[in-house]
Amino acid sequence: MSILDSKIPDGPLAEKWSKHKASIKLVNPANRKKLDVIVVGSGAAGASAAASIAELGYNVKVFAFQDSSRRAHSIASQGGINATKNYKNDADSDYRLFYDMIKGGDFRAREANVYRCAEVSNSVIDQFTAQGVPFAREYSGYLANRSFGGVQVSRTFYAQGQTGQQCTIAAYQALMRQIHEGKAKMYNRCNMLDIVVKDGKARGIIAKNIETGEIERYSAHAVVLATGGFGTVYYLSTLAINSNGSAALAAYKKGAFLANPSLAQIHPTSIPKLNEYQSKLTLMSESLRNDGRVWVPKEKGDKRKPNDIPEEERDYYLERRYPAFGNLVPRDVASRAAKERCDAGYGAGETGLSVYLDFKDAIQKQGEKTISDKYGTLFDLYNKVTETNPYKEPMRIYPASHYTMGGLWVDYNLMTTIPGLYAIGESNFSDHGANRLGASSLLQCAADGYFILPVTIADYLADEIRTPTIPTDTPEFEEAEKAVKERLNKLISLNGTKTITSFHKRLGNILWDNSSMVRSEKSLKKALQLVNELEKEFWSDVKVPGSINEFNQELDRAGRVADFFELASLIIIDALNREESCGAHFREEYQTEEGEPKRNDEKFQYVAAWEYQGESKPPKLHKEELKFENVKVVQRSYK
Amino acid sequence: MKLKLKIWRQKNRNSKGKFEIYDLDNVSEEMTFLEMLDYLNSKLILEDKEPVAFDSDCREGICGMCGLYINGRTHGPEKEVTTCQLSMKAFKDRSTITVEPWRSKAFPVIKDLVVDRTSFDQLIQAGGYISADTGAAPEANSIIIKKETVDRAFDAGICIGCGACVATCKNASAMLFVGSKVTQLALLPQGKAEATIRAISMVAKMDELGFGNCTNTGACEAECPKGISISNIAKLNREYLYAKIQD
Ligand SMILES: Cc1cc2nc3c(=O)[nH]c(=O)nc-3n(C[C@H](O)[C@H](O)[C@H](O)COP(=O)(O)OP(=O)(O)OC[C@H]3O[C@@H](n4cnc5c(N)ncnc54)[C@H](O)[C@@H]3O)c2cc1C
Ligand code: FES
Repeated sequence: MSILDSKIPDGPLAEKWSKHKASIKLVNPANRKKLDVIVVGSGAAGASAAASIAELGYNVKVFAFQDSSRRAHSIASQGGINATKNYKNDADSDYRLFYDMIKGGDFRAREANVYRCAEVSNSVIDQFTAQGVPFAREYSGYLANRSFGGVQVSRTFYAQGQTGQQCTIAAYQALMRQIHEGKAKMYNRCNMLDIVVKDGKARGIIAKNIETGEIERYSAHAVVLATGGFGTVYYLSTLAINSNGSAALAAYKKGAFLANPSLAQIHPTSIPKLNEYQSKLTLMSESLRNDGRVWVPKEKGDKRKPNDIPEEERDYYLERRYPAFGNLVPRDVASRAAKERCDAGYGAGETGLSVYLDFKDAIQKQGEKTISDKYGTLFDLYNKVTETNPYKEPMRIYPASHYTMGGLWVDYNLMTTIPGLYAIGESNFSDHGANRLGASSLLQCAADGYFILPVTIADYLADEIRTPTIPTDTPEFEEAEKAVKERLNKLISLNGTKTITSFHKRLGNILWDNSSMVRSEKSLKKALQLVNELEKEFWSDVKVPGSINEFNQELDRAGRVADFFELASLIIIDALNREESCGAHFREEYQTEEGEPKRNDEKFQYVAAWEYQGESKPPKLHKEELKFENVKVVQRSYK
Repeated sequence: MKLKLKIWRQKNRNSKGKFEIYDLDNVSEEMTFLEMLDYLNSKLILEDKEPVAFDSDCREGICGMCGLYINGRTHGPEKEVTTCQLSMKAFKDRSTITVEPWRSKAFPVIKDLVVDRTSFDQLIQAGGYISADTGAAPEANSIIIKKETVDRAFDAGICIGCGACVATCKNASAMLFVGSKVTQLALLPQGKAEATIRAISMVAKMDELGFGNCTNTGACEAECPKGISISNIAKLNREYLYAKIQD
């Protein structure tokens, strides 16, 4: 029934990528400068792709909604980036990283893509190091590594708690260099609102100039989306507050399939929600679980200060339940375990909605200086937000919306179902299955951007060398622009009584309560109904101030929230369809006796790719069956 | 808390701005400064008034997008925090708070509290990079670097590009911004080959874009939300001098 062709090359897993590279079509250097490529997004994925594609000689136009491409949300990623260097001699290899990601993703990712990601990981570290990323070093001068959750090797490279900042800035600088050389052009404060498809191919975008409000048309021979994740659909999340799902939704509505939208990661170690006014949650990197021990009081409702609770009255529940991995179980496992303890009444703090992450032992063993070298910036950040000192008192943490494993469906070349439209980084679905392992997103973003897309995009562009610059005065651009303007006008004209943020908060609450760490048919059906009702209310009662032709942040926000409603419905439909538990998707009805997710491989070992069918029509499901030829599909165990 | 807010309002790049006064009740000291402005905006919207435009994104002090002049100080009264991390506990009940955008020729105001900082991108374009094409890199451990050198490079490299250093400097100098980039890349063996040309091009660009000269007042270091040291400027001066001698 599937029309999905994942274009996975033949041959043994470890040879697929090199064979593919050897057989893929190329574009002659002289022809490259005649070809235009649009990249939407300038994070770890977008900036590295844009710079690398420009270095090859193509004309690149880059779009981002922030005031500078350096500010993409990737800048906030903290703990590290994986590679299979095996510097620790702990038997690491491409296969092992591949295996860890496949297993961590609970056997719902595509083998060939994941292997390739592992395969180029070492080049990614080499590239970043060459571009000036000050990765942590040992006293010997060699690169240092640490461990992340869900694995038993040390393969994570890091720059204190600011790895993402350093990597993103390196990619940004590479992009700035290409701008200097005239090969790339940057459009900051520009919001992409639609994709233009002509004769079945992606040929450009419609974007709003945020400063002037003008609606502008841009054309290209190929369009790349590197627009990040939409964990902000839950309102409170660890993402930057303007992160959104509008680009993914626009692509979906133009015919790109959206895959596994319900597979969303709730990260176990965020600073808990502290008050009602809060606009975002601050992550405490998973790397902290290397040295921090997670616990709750053994006594229900114990309200003593953590330092007053003696050792024997503490329940190190992760170490207790998962002796093999202990505090380093994967995120989905750690999040559910925290929720379980809190729901059972053992949670810490006023609200009972938090658990402790304790560094006492680590500080005793390694000294404060070593701990501060590893996590200084994170400890400072914690101190700033909570005004407590984590060197003296354990951190309080709780799960928070963090990452979207699902995203635009792409084939092995990272092309969506719209020819000429690519999706890279967090915006695609391909590498993390039902649960992402720590430090593997920066890796995937950089792998896609530096080493994969610049190669695979040539395969498509090779057939475009005779296509002259795409004109923007064609009916397709005309229509797309008209639709965009109509929608903006509609939003402004509603003039209701409630703010956009109030709707976003309510939507977030519905999803958090009914479709986050634990879901059931009942809760999901309820959520769908509530979302639909709220969406109707939004379209009759939201108040968007100002006008279109000006700098209007509320209008930009309104468009994003309107899109979140449609995405939320799709998330719920996908979660309802998947009648199994896998990774982060935990359906109450499907669990093992020990409360772990119970997959149904016979029925659900597939990627659910949804096709848009038109307004208020249910989307159509396409299945990409997943074949596991290089790993044994087993029940995940971290015990 | 009950506050009087004196906020700079300006329609667009070309219009003249002015201060407006807003009385705001029921401000919680648990809010961050930007959450307080969110709260003000939600009120303004429901009263059919125009909300105040201001920039922010990560809201955790790393993207560098926020940045306001609060009671005459960049990022407000507290040390080493960005505006988005500033807590309302730093303010007294019934006080008046003056809120302005960055003030600097190189950062034109485009609306209310929002400024254009593209000049920082232009500075980086002038040479704030290592020219390592994708694919050209050697094996990462083939070049060993002393831990302390890398740590110093990291300390210089944590700049978030918010522009507070320029906004606070009476000469509107971008020396701390440029100095920290030049220092980070010059410390690393990978960046040494271009150290000279980088320093010269970035300094030339700084002059061209209308940033002022550094007279060593140290305000930038004091106001930098990331505590970046002024010693980076000395390093830039050394690189620059060395470059000029070689010229
Ligand atoms: C707090 C935090 C810590 C993390 N730590 C780690 C870590 O230690 N290791 C790790 O591997 N991963 C980590 N992650 C995950 C990782 O940071 C992200 O998955 C990754 O950075 C996503 O990068 P990206 O390039 O795909 O998208 P982003 O960096 O999110 O960039 C999206 C870009 O798209 C642009 N954009 C989006 N929509 C539009 C539009 N409509 N019009 C124009 N432009 C648009 C934005 O302007 C932006 O430039 C962390 C995530 C968070 C939230
Ligand atoms: S909003 Fe990112 S630093 Fe303040």
